[in-house]
Order: sequence, then structure tokens, then C-alpha cells
Amino acid sequence: MTTLEKKSTRTFALSTWVYVLIPLVAIVLMLLIFAYTNPLGLFTANLPPIEDLSFERIRVLEDGFEVTLVNGGPDPVTVAQVLVDEAYWQYQISPSNTLPRLGRATVQIPYPWVEFEPHEIVILTNTGLTFNGEVPLATVTPTPGLQEFLAYGLLGVYVGIIPVGLGMLFYPAMRKMGRKWLGALLSLTVGLLVFLFADTLLEAFEVASLLPGVFQGIPLVLFAALLTWLVLLAISAQRRKSAGSDPSKQAIYLAAMIALGIGLHNLGEGLAIGVAFSIGEAALGSFLVIGFMLHNITEGVGIVAPLVPGKSETDQHGEQSTSQEIQASARSKAPRLATFIWLILLAGAPAILGSWIGGFAFSPFFAALFLGIGLGAIWQVIVEVISLLRNYAQREETSLFSWMNLAGFVAGLAIMYLTAFLVKF
Amino acid sequence: MKILNQNLGKVSRRDFLKTMLGGSLAFTGAAAGENLLASSKTTNPSGGKIMDQHQGDSHNNHGNTGTLGQVNYEVNGFDPTAMLYDWDFGLVSELPDGSILREFHIAAVDKEIEVAPGVFFPAWTYNGRVPGPSLRCVEGDRVRITFVNAGSHPHTIHFHGIHSATMDGVPGVGAGEIQPGESTIYEFDAFPFGCHLYHCHANPLKRHIHKGLYGAFVIDPDPTRYQGEEAQIARTRNHNYPENKEFNEMVMVMNGFDTNFDGDNEIYAANSIAFAYMNEPIKIKHDQTQRLYLINITEFDPINSFHVHANFFDYYDHGTTFNPTLKTVDTIMQCQAQRGILEFSFKDFEPGLYMFHAHQSEFAELGWMGFFEVMG
Repeated sequence: MTTLEKKSTRTFALSTWVYVLIPLVAIVLMLLIFAYTNPLGLFTANLPPIEDLSFERIRVLEDGFEVTLVNGGPDPVTVAQVLVDEAYWQYQISPSNTLPRLGRATVQIPYPWVEFEPHEIVILTNTGLTFNGEVPLATVTPTPGLQEFLAYGLLGVYVGIIPVGLGMLFYPAMRKMGRKWLGALLSLTVGLLVFLFADTLLEAFEVASLLPGVFQGIPLVLFAALLTWLVLLAISAQRRKSAGSDPSKQAIYLAAMIALGIGLHNLGEGLAIGVAFSIGEAALGSFLVIGFMLHNITEGVGIVAPLVPGKSETDQHGEQSTSQEIQASARSKAPRLATFIWLILLAGAPAILGSWIGGFAFSPFFAALFLGIGLGAIWQVIVEVISLLRNYAQREETSLFSWMNLAGFVAGLAIMYLTAFLVKF
Repeated sequence: MKILNQNLGKVSRRDFLKTMLGGSLAFTGAAAGENLLASSKTTNPSGGKIMDQHQGDSHNNHGNTGTLGQVNYEVNGFDPTAMLYDWDFGLVSELPDGSILREFHIAAVDKEIEVAPGVFFPAWTYNGRVPGPSLRCVEGDRVRITFVNAGSHPHTIHFHGIHSATMDGVPGVGAGEIQPGESTIYEFDAFPFGCHLYHCHANPLKRHIHKGLYGAFVIDPDPTRYQGEEAQIARTRNHNYPENKEFNEMVMVMNGFDTNFDGDNEIYAANSIAFAYMNEPIKIKHDQTQRLYLINITEFDPINSFHVHANFFDYYDHGTTFNPTLKTVDTIMQCQAQRGILEFSFKDFEPGLYMFHAHQSEFAELGWMGFFEVMG
């Protein structure tokens, strides 16, 4: 590089800085003009402040309620009075009864609530606007202790680990069914995943609607999903380049991806169950848990479906090979037990985490974020399973949309839809 | 049954704590206890600054219910306790024919008022107060009201009483709606005697009433028009006669405020301020007969009611009769614009606090609740 070239790049760097500075200075100038001259005064002269107060959390204590409020509006909000069940009630608020934008306050309301009955809390601001919070069924909100921690952890085990593990017990049978059925099994997995996608999407939107407007709940969900999908695309592109095309490794990778997507969905389910138990809907208790167990068994089936060998030795030997030979080769190629355990944990353990978060520290923001991530993951898994199906169909010289595949897909959707009767109400 | 037991358990735990607190207060002495209560009250966020201006804060603690803090009556420009006894008798003069002329001046003004501690309502008022001035005259008086609309919307004054069609104060008749910056004169002879009211009749009516444009309008009977016992009762009702001074006369206008404009009141009260007479009980001399002019102007709800504890009263519906329309009752109800006179006494009663409130518990707990404090 010559000195001339060096000099020219330096000049270029300097002028670049100037060009960067010009718009920045202009922006600062514009902000100063708005701050000092208030050119929009005409529009805002007599408008009342816009107030947007959200109930982030209502904890039911032995002797009353503890409410966490978030100000999601553009202006400060001042809490003037508190009503419980249409009656004015004494309260204490900290740190201040005026919440700045995005500020939080905790309101303590001593109240003789009635076990298993609903209560309504209303915050009346100094402008006379009201914001409502609901206690659907009053029962003491669990405080994180060792016993509660274990109990909520067990809930996660019941709805996550156990059903996924039970579903995987079908694996030997699935291998025995052989490659003729593989297309149907993978299609069943797609059906299951499509159901989970819709379910996660709806739940994510529901949680997003709990968020104050400023956090833009629905875009948050959608962008989390999009980013997750893009990251997974990048990962699989990199894998395809670096790793060989060992079909058994590919199969385990795909199974792990399915398990991850399902795991993120189960985190959402854990959240819902944790919240339900902590706000007293546990009255539905064991019915709900058994429902989720049955509902989630299919997830185990879906995860191991790619592990059923599609290109076994029979392809090389033709149709002459004996059943003993097939069995022998299949046995030799079966993934190790540890692989299954990892898959179960990947898909099931997030339910435990979800149940803890839902029970003790529910935050709509993080719930929406995680559900968005789950959406992106499930989407990518659907794409990958379909591409596997397509490869399989090409090899077998059948259509991707064969009656067999369609039947599997419908079976997957139908099983999920019907077992959801046990957990939706 | 299980639920019941659990609740009993809860209550007894709380009571136990209360007893503990009470015990410790007694231990440290009453004065220290009062300090403790006072200091804990000043942590109340919404009205701590004006807390010490008002007497009777000690009544503020009724099982954690009620509003927190105190309304600033000075900023509001009216005090609900003073309002009980605050009559506007008008400017009195004699007409050439010897009859009495009473002139009143009323201006409609937009004004933000504090209806519960820290809760501000963008009211429309007559003379800056809600309810407006309690106008009082005598049967047969010539009444002349100069009305100036200093507000931002067209308003009227519609009187409940007998008057000509053009003096009715409704849109499209007589002067009709009075535009902002304009004025009119309502004039009529005061009939019949009784406990009446006036209110704005501009459209939309519901909004104009619930924003605060109403007030009491009492016409005293003229004893010279009656004989015997009726004349005697008329003298006790007429503010110009000494017999009237033996009564403790009060005005309560039952009203409500829909602070978030959803068609449902957030606040109920008598004379506008939630729990005003709870925080500052109405002092009652035990040897004085009480006469309460009670008016219901509550919007959105079909009825309001009045109930007094441990006592009974005679009720004169609309106040247009000398004989009670209901004898010895402790609860009456009124539809909107219904009103009447209640007469009762706490003679020979034990001194102390006697509650009164709407017997719609919802209204009571949303502010329409108070105490008579019978003095020894």
C-alpha cells in the first residue's frame, strides 16, 4: 500500500465521520427545538394525560392482596384510591403512588378475602380512570419454599418428562413396522407439530395481550419466532456444510430439533399449568395433569419418528433378505439409551422450568418471548421433517402427498385435537 | 362448611393481631399510641399533606374500608359539613304590592373538583359547588333568579315547582338553552311549599345532571295561610320564625360521580364527597330535633336510599304535607329527583356514633356512608 493510498483512506475516514455527525447533530437540534418551543402545543393544550396501567401480578396473601402495577402509558400515572369488590379500601403503595413511564409500584391491600371465590381489584387514578385486576379464585399464592419448589417441579415432570418418555416407548414397535410405515409416522409428526404451532401461536398472543402496549406483545412474539427460525436455518446450513451425510447422525439431529421445538412448547404448557395452580385453578387438579400427560404422549412418538431407519440394509440386499437379517441390522443401528434420555430431557424438562416460573414469578414479557422462540423452533422443525419426508418419498418413488402420508398427518392432528379436550376449557 | 371454618380461622388470627397491637399501644401509653397512628397515617400517599387540617381523623379506621387520605376542601371551595347548614336566602326586598321579592344569582362554571381523596372530577357547577347553592324561600315569594352561563356548554336551570311554561328551563321553550357567555332570568311565585330541587335540563340531560348541575330548592310554608296545628307546624318549617330555630336543619343531596364515564358511578355520596361524614361525623345535640332535607339526584341508578342506625324517623315525601307520609321508619328510598323531609331525634340516646348510609351496600361502600355523633 502506498502512502498516497493510506492518506486517501484517512481522508475518507474523516469525511465519513463528518457525514455521520451531520444527521446526528440535526437530530439533536430537532429534539431541542421540540423540547423548547413545543410546536405541537396546539394539539395537546387541553388534552388529559393518556393513562395505561397494567396489573403485572396479583399475589393473594394470608391477610390481603399484593398487586404489582406497571405504567405502560406515555405519562406518569397517580394512584388515588383502591377498590376491592366495589368498595373503597385502605392500601399502602411503594415506592410511590405516582408511577413514571414504565415504572412499577407494589400495592398492599389488607382484605378479608373468601377462599375459592373471585375478587375484583380496581385502581382509581387521580383523573378518575379505573384499571381492573381479577382474582379468579382466591387461594394463597404459593411462596417459593423447598416443598412448593418440589411440588411444582413434579408437576413439570408429570406433564413433560413422563408423557414424552411414555411416547418413546413406541419406538421399538415403530421400528418393527418398518419403512413401509415410516412416511405415515413422519406425517403424524408433522400433524402433531402443526397442532402445537397453532396452539403455541394462540397462547403466545394471549400472553402478549396481557402486556402493556409499550412492549408491543404481538410483534415481540412474531420477531422472536422469526429470529429463532433464522438462527436455526443458519445452524442447519452450517451443519450441512461441515458434517458428513451420516444418515443416523442426521436422524438424531432432526430428532433433537423436534425435541427442542416441543420442549419450548412444553415450557409454555408448564407456565400455563404453574399459573393455573398458583391462582387456584388447581381445583381442576389431577384431571388437568392426566389430560396433559395423555396429550403429550404423542410428542414422544413424534420425536423418535425420524430415528426409524428409512434406508435400512434391505435397500442394498433387495427383497431377498430375511426378517432375521433386518432385525439384526436394525438392532445394530438403534440409538443408544443415553440418546433417548437426552431427547426426553430436551423435550420434557422445560415443562419443569415453566411450571416454576408460572408458579412463582410469572412475567408476561418473558412468557411471550419464550413462546415466540418456541413458535420459530416448531416452524423450522416442521420444515425439516417435511424435507425428510420429501427425500423419503423420492427414494420410494411415491408422492409427498400420498394417501398414507395424508392419513398420518390427519391422525397426528386428530390425536392432538381430541386429547386437547382434556385440557382446554 | 369447610370454607366457613377457614374464614373463622382467618378472622380470629386477624383479631388476635389487633389485640396484640392494642395491647402494645396500651403499654406504651395512649399519647404514644396516637402518635403511632398519626405517623402511620401521614404515610398515606394521596392526602397526607392536608391530613392535619381536619378534625375527626380518628374515625377514619373502620376495618380497613373507605378512602385513603383527605379531600382538600379549601381548593374545592366547599366543605360538606358547612354545606349541611349553608342556605342561600337570596336578596330580600318588598314589592309595591307588599309581597316579598327574592333575588338569586347563579352562574354555571366548569370546575374540577376533588370528589374523593386524590380523585378529580371535571365537574360543571352552579356557583362553583356541587351540589349548587341550597336556595330557600317562602311560599308565595316572588323568586327571581339571574342565571349566567360562564361554562363551556349550553345550560339551563329547571326548577321543580309551579311556574309558567316559559320559565321551565328546558330546551326550545322560553329562553331555552342558555349559550356560554349569555344569561337569562327565571321568575315565578314559589309554590307549593316543600323540599324541592333544581337542575340543568340542557341536552344531553344525563350528562348535564351527572356532571354536577343540581341543587336544593326549599320553599317554607307561610304560617299565615294555615290554621291551628298546621300553622304551628308551618312556623317550625319557616326560617323566619323562632320556632324554626329549635330544629337542627340539614340538607343532603344524594349524588354520584362516574369518574371514568362508563355509565356507572365510581363514587356515591351525600353532598359530593365520598365518606365525608364518616371522616368528620355530623355533631348532633341530643336535645335538639333533627330535620333533614334529603334529595336524590343520583344518575345511572334507578333509586337511592337513606337508612339511619338505632333510630327511626317520620318522613314527609316531597315535604309538601304537614302530616308525615310515612311514620316511624328507618329506611326510605327515592327515585331520581324524589325528595323529602326526615324528622328524628336522639333525645335520651347514649352519646356516640350512629351510622347512616344508603341501604344499597354497594353505594355505602363506594362513599355514601356517614355518622351522626350524638354529643353528651
